[in-house]
Amino acid sequence: MAFGRLRPLLPYILLAPGLVFLLVFFVVPMYTLLRQSLNEGTLETGFHFAWNWSNYSDVLKRYDEQFIRSFRYAATATVLAFILGYPLAYFIAFRGGRFKSYLLFLVVLPFFTTYLIRTLAWQTILSDQGDVLTLMRDLGLLDITDKLGISQNGRLLATPTAVVMAITYNFLPFMVLPCYVSLERIDRRLVEAAQDLYGGPVRAFMRVVFPLSLPGVFAGSLLTFIPAVGDFINAEILGSPRTFMIGNVIQSRFLELNDYPEAAALSFILMAAILLAVLVYARLLGTEELA
Amino acid sequence: MPAEKRLWTPAPWWSRRVSRRGLLRGTALGAAGLTAAALVGCSSDDESSGDGATDALDSLSISNWPYYIDADTIADFQDATGISTSYTQDINDNNEFFAKINEPLSRGQNIGRDIVVLTDWMAGKMIRLGYAEELNKANIPNAANITPSLQDVPFDPGRKYSLVWQSGFTGIGYNPELTGRELTSVNDIFDPEFAGHVTMLTEMRDTIGLVMLGMGIDPAEATLEDARAATEKVQEFVDNGHIRAFTGNEYGDDLARGDVWAAFAWSGDMIQLQADDPNLQLLLPEEGFMIFSDNALIPKGASHKDAAEQFLNYVYDPVNQALISAYVQYIPPVQGTKEAIVDIDPELAENPLIFPDEATLANAHIFRNLDEEEDQQFNELFQALIGA
Repeated sequence: MAFGRLRPLLPYILLAPGLVFLLVFFVVPMYTLLRQSLNEGTLETGFHFAWNWSNYSDVLKRYDEQFIRSFRYAATATVLAFILGYPLAYFIAFRGGRFKSYLLFLVVLPFFTTYLIRTLAWQTILSDQGDVLTLMRDLGLLDITDKLGISQNGRLLATPTAVVMAITYNFLPFMVLPCYVSLERIDRRLVEAAQDLYGGPVRAFMRVVFPLSLPGVFAGSLLTFIPAVGDFINAEILGSPRTFMIGNVIQSRFLELNDYPEAAALSFILMAAILLAVLVYARLLGTEELA
Repeated sequence: MPAEKRLWTPAPWWSRRVSRRGLLRGTALGAAGLTAAALVGCSSDDESSGDGATDALDSLSISNWPYYIDADTIADFQDATGISTSYTQDINDNNEFFAKINEPLSRGQNIGRDIVVLTDWMAGKMIRLGYAEELNKANIPNAANITPSLQDVPFDPGRKYSLVWQSGFTGIGYNPELTGRELTSVNDIFDPEFAGHVTMLTEMRDTIGLVMLGMGIDPAEATLEDARAATEKVQEFVDNGHIRAFTGNEYGDDLARGDVWAAFAWSGDMIQLQADDPNLQLLLPEEGFMIFSDNALIPKGASHKDAAEQFLNYVYDPVNQALISAYVQYIPPVQGTKEAIVDIDPELAENPLIFPDEATLANAHIFRNLDEEEDQQFNELFQALIGA
């Protein structure tokens, strides 16, 4: 009886733990951060609330370059991850056969190593005196890449290329896995039907497989793009001051300069910009299912 | 002031062989932080708890930088005095550590530490804010052994509040095989031949100080205008790609790998690197170079002040200091260490970077003591330069 009366409330009861979690670990910190972003003062004199909106305009003016760079790098890395990851996911889903689970395991395998270690490994791989660069130099490839602007002065480390590449590498599984899930779910009979009706495998792919996999592509690009915009480790370890992203700035203002208000303002601007970018993207791609 | 920045840039220590300074940077990544800090944290704890340390609450509690003490000193001190001691390597960055203890100290609360070790300028800030206990020198007779030049420093005349833990030089580390020549001047680092193979430090006072010396400016007298001139000069070399990065002690790996040919570098690091690659050189430039110290302080309200003073007295005994010095390879602040270290390793006694002579010291410079506002202004300039 009692249970019967509680029944309408059941969804809320089930939701409660999640809501409490969100409240404690998302809403409260967000509120604190928002308040902090309007403070003025320094760590030594203490911060006090002052509706100090100039924090926002100041940082936007000062760090526009890093903002734009972050979005550029993240977008490039997302596109690269798609170009590399989609065919991979397609291959595993459609041609993987009994090796599917092994192949998927290989995709996730790098995650068994820390993010930092994986990124640091690139430092060794791309080292100026390392095997890769030596080989490229001997083959004359470095001269070509120098001319194309991919490498600079015969090196890859401390260039935008290294940073974008490492971001792509680090986030690739986030692109592959959602794409794989979408592709795997596609009813093969649709593909067969398409081939019966239209003919070529290319058109079948373009008209049937790819559109059906769009939710995966959408999810994959968000999972890659969003963390990539805020990333700072790749730029820190493989880049130079000229490749620093907005994450590097936020990091240093929070932890180095202890300028909490400006760091908080930067974080909010970044959040808003990402949200905007994602909305535009969702509108363009038109996947109501996920947007 | 390596100490300070040792950290921030994240880097790579974890990849390397563990050198004393290695872990320092750990936090640099700040955020990388989370992981990084966790890693650093773990290793530090492992290190620290080894010596039968007991509950930090009722024992002398010391916080220091990673790899800034040898493995035996704490145990020896406990045996000698019966004072149970917990030694934690939880300081990875001056600013970051300050941010952690500022809040409780400003409310007059005990921070659960009886000794903290901070670089000159940060030690000065602690003293200025009244966050340090005055040392009772009656408990520290060995304090009289302090190197005379360290006795009177602008931020703590007469060493009322602080005692030096270790000192070091900041100069230019380089690989003559790659540069193809001997370097002599700070300005050699701007040689166009080295484009893309040069790093400087993320520590403002080290980098700006050295650049100023190259420009003929004494960092001890530096004005904001001087700092602006120096950052503008460096900015040019950042923009044209000459400077590859601003680093913490990652420059060590970069030098060892050959990616970097010349770097602003700290003396203790270079001595350790030379052990692996005798080719590497530390240049103390003819125009002068920077000297820094990290200083032990007793935070306000510390619950084991007497014990802390006994510990400082213990490490200021040259024989005990020699043990630490032989391990960390920075400049010991205690007179008589040179004689004592002969028993451990006579070669160390001859190393001019550990036991510099008068002439060398005469050419070592310190950065002017900045007040809070100046510190903010100088830092703003510098952070803009290093891209953050």
